[in-house]
Amino acid sequence: MPGFLKEFFNRNGTGMGLAILGLVLFWTIGLIILPQLSMLDFSFRPNLPPPEIGGPKDVYTLENYKYLVYGPEGGSQSYNTVDLRVFFRTLLAAVCVTIFNLILCYPIAYYLGQSKGSHIRIFAIMLIIPYWINEILRAFALRIIFGETGVLNTLFTGLGIWDTPFDFIRNDIALYAGLGYAYILLMIFPMYNVIESLDKNQIEAARDLGAPWWRIHWRVVIPYAKPGISSGCTMVFMLSAGALAAPQILGGPSSLWFTQLIYQQFNDNNDWPQGAAYAIVLLVTCILFVLAVMRLFKVNMGDIGK
Amino acid sequence: MSAGVGVDLENLWIRFGDFVAVRDANVNINGGDFFSFLGPSGCGKTTILRAVSGFLDPSEGKVLIGGNDMRGIGPNKRPTALIFQNLALFPLMKVWENITFSMEINGASAAQRRKRGDELLDMIALPGQGDKLPSELSGGQRQRVAIARALCAEPDVLLLDEPLSALDLKLRQHMRTELREIQKRVGITFIYITHDQGEALTMSDSIAVMRAGVIDQIADGKTIYNDPNTAFAASFVGENNVFRGKIKQVMGNEALIRTNRSGDLVARVSTANQGKLKEGDDAMMFVRPEAFAIAPDGATGDHFVTARVTHEEFEGNAYNIFTEGEGGKEIKVSLPNLGQSFEDHTGQNITLEYETRNAVLVPAGELAAE
Repeated sequence: MPGFLKEFFNRNGTGMGLAILGLVLFWTIGLIILPQLSMLDFSFRPNLPPPEIGGPKDVYTLENYKYLVYGPEGGSQSYNTVDLRVFFRTLLAAVCVTIFNLILCYPIAYYLGQSKGSHIRIFAIMLIIPYWINEILRAFALRIIFGETGVLNTLFTGLGIWDTPFDFIRNDIALYAGLGYAYILLMIFPMYNVIESLDKNQIEAARDLGAPWWRIHWRVVIPYAKPGISSGCTMVFMLSAGALAAPQILGGPSSLWFTQLIYQQFNDNNDWPQGAAYAIVLLVTCILFVLAVMRLFKVNMGDIGK
Repeated sequence: MSAGVGVDLENLWIRFGDFVAVRDANVNINGGDFFSFLGPSGCGKTTILRAVSGFLDPSEGKVLIGGNDMRGIGPNKRPTALIFQNLALFPLMKVWENITFSMEINGASAAQRRKRGDELLDMIALPGQGDKLPSELSGGQRQRVAIARALCAEPDVLLLDEPLSALDLKLRQHMRTELREIQKRVGITFIYITHDQGEALTMSDSIAVMRAGVIDQIADGKTIYNDPNTAFAASFVGENNVFRGKIKQVMGNEALIRTNRSGDLVARVSTANQGKLKEGDDAMMFVRPEAFAIAPDGATGDHFVTARVTHEEFEGNAYNIFTEGEGGKEIKVSLPNLGQSFEDHTGQNITLEYETRNAVLVPAGELAAE
C-alpha cells in the first residue's frame, strides 16, 4: 500500500477510510468516467433501430464524426457548413463571454478582496442571492428586459433615444448578457479568493515606488491573481460553451448554439450516436483549447484548483 | 549635517474617529540625519511614518519635505521610499526586477535596469543573485534587497518601518551597523521607526521618544539616555530604577526628594525640568542599575540606599543584583564584570551608593509598561 493511502487509513480509521474512498471512487468512476466512456462508445456506432443493436450492422465507425465535417453523404455541399459554423461561432462566443466576464468581474473581485468591513459581506450576499432563482427564470427575466416590447426598448423609445425598438434578441445581445450574467459568480469568487490573500503592503510598496494604478494591477495584482483568473476563465468558458438554457431562451431564431444541435440530435432526431459524437467533439475541443491557452499564459494545472 | 532634504512636522494631528493617534507633533528632521521614532507599539510612530510617506492625510497640521508642503501629494509622487515591516518584496518578480521596479515605471530599458540592478546588488553584497526569486533568499538577504529596491528610486528620504523586527538577534545587530553604513554612504535622510531602544540608540543622530500619540522628547541618544525629560522616556529607554516621592527642597539644578520608601535622596533635575520642578511637586527619581555601587556598610546620607538582596545573577559582562529596598521596593544593581572577585550577597543587607549626576529627577508621570 502506498504511503499516502496508509496515512489516509491511519487518520480516518479503516471503516471510515473505506467509506470515503468508496464514495469518491463511485463519484469519479460511476458518475463521471463510465457515462462518458459510454458516450464515447455511442459516438463510434451507427444509429440503429433497437432490434439491430448487437447485430451484424453494429460495428465501430467514424460516420458520426465525418457527418460534422462533411455533412450527409451525397449532400449538396462538400462540407457541413451549417453545423461547423455553429460550432466555431459557439467557441468564439464563449471566448467573448469569458473575456467580457473577466473585464467585468476583475474590478469587483479586487474591490471585494482588498476592502475591509462588514459591507463586503453584504455585497457578497447581494451577489449570491439572485442565484437562488433558477436559471430558466433568470433567462426569462432577461428576455423581459431585452424583448421588443421589453423594459429597455420601452424606456429608450419613450425617452426618444431611438424610434423603432431595437432587436436585442436577434442581435444576440440578450444571449451574451444572459450567458455573462449566468456565470459571473464563477468568475468573481476564484479571483476574490486569491486577491484577498494578497498582502496590502505589496500594493502600497508599488505605489510608494511611484507606480500608477494600472501598473500596480499589471505588475503586482494580476500576476498574483493569475491562478484565480485562470480558474474563473476556465469555468466560465467551459460552462458558456456547454450552456443550453440561456441560448434556448435568449438566442435569436437564426442563431443556434452548438449545444442546441447536440440536444436536437438526442431528442428531436433520436440519434444518440450522432449527438454523442457532437458532444465529444465539443468536450475535447474545449479541453484542448483551455490547455493551449493555459500553456500560452504559463499557468500550471495545479493553479486551477486555487 | 550634509545637504540632504529635511522633513518637518508642524502641529501634526492625526485622528481616527475619536481616537487621537498623533497629538500635536512638532519635529524638525535635518537633511542627511538618521532620525528614529522610538516608542512602544500603538504609540503612533507608524502613523507618523504613513503621514510622511503619503498613505495617510494628517487631520491637522503639515508635513513638509525639503520645505514643501506635501498635502494632496500622493505616495507615488513624494520623494520618499518606504521599507515595510514585512518588506513587501514582490514574490513573483526576480530580485533584480524587484530592485529596479521604480526604473521600470520611469520607462528605463531592460538593459539599463539590469545594469543598475547589478550595481545595487554589488552595493548590498549580493552580487550575481539578481535572477533568484525573493523566496530563494535568506531573511537578511531579503532585507538588503528591500533596501536596494527603495534606494533605486533615489529618494530624498528613506522611511523604515521596523524593518529588522523579523530577523534573529545576531542578524539584527549586524544589520544595524550595515544600515548605518549605508545611510552614511548615500547621505540621504533616514527616518526609522522602532520599539527597540538598542536600535534607536546605536543608529540614530536623533531620536523622538513617543508615548500614546505624544512625542515626549527629541534629542540625540546620549541625551535621551542620560537626561530624559519625562518618566516615560526615563523608563522606556534602557533599564532604570524609579524612586517616587515629593520634592522637599530645590537647590539650583539639584533637588532633595522625600521618597516614599527610601528616605530623602538627592538628585539632579533633568535639564528640561530645571526651574519648573518646585517644592512639594510629585516627582520621580531615576537611577540606572549600572550607576549604583556597593558602599561600605553603615554609610548613610542623601545618596545612599539600603536594601536586602533577594537574588543575584551572572550575565557575563555584569553581575546583576536584585534587591528589595525599604517597603519591598525592587532595585536592580548591575556591576560590570572587570575580573574582580565577587561574593554572593543573597539574603544580606547592603548599602548602595550613587553619584548625584547619575540620579535624574523628572515630574511624576506614566511609566513605560514592563
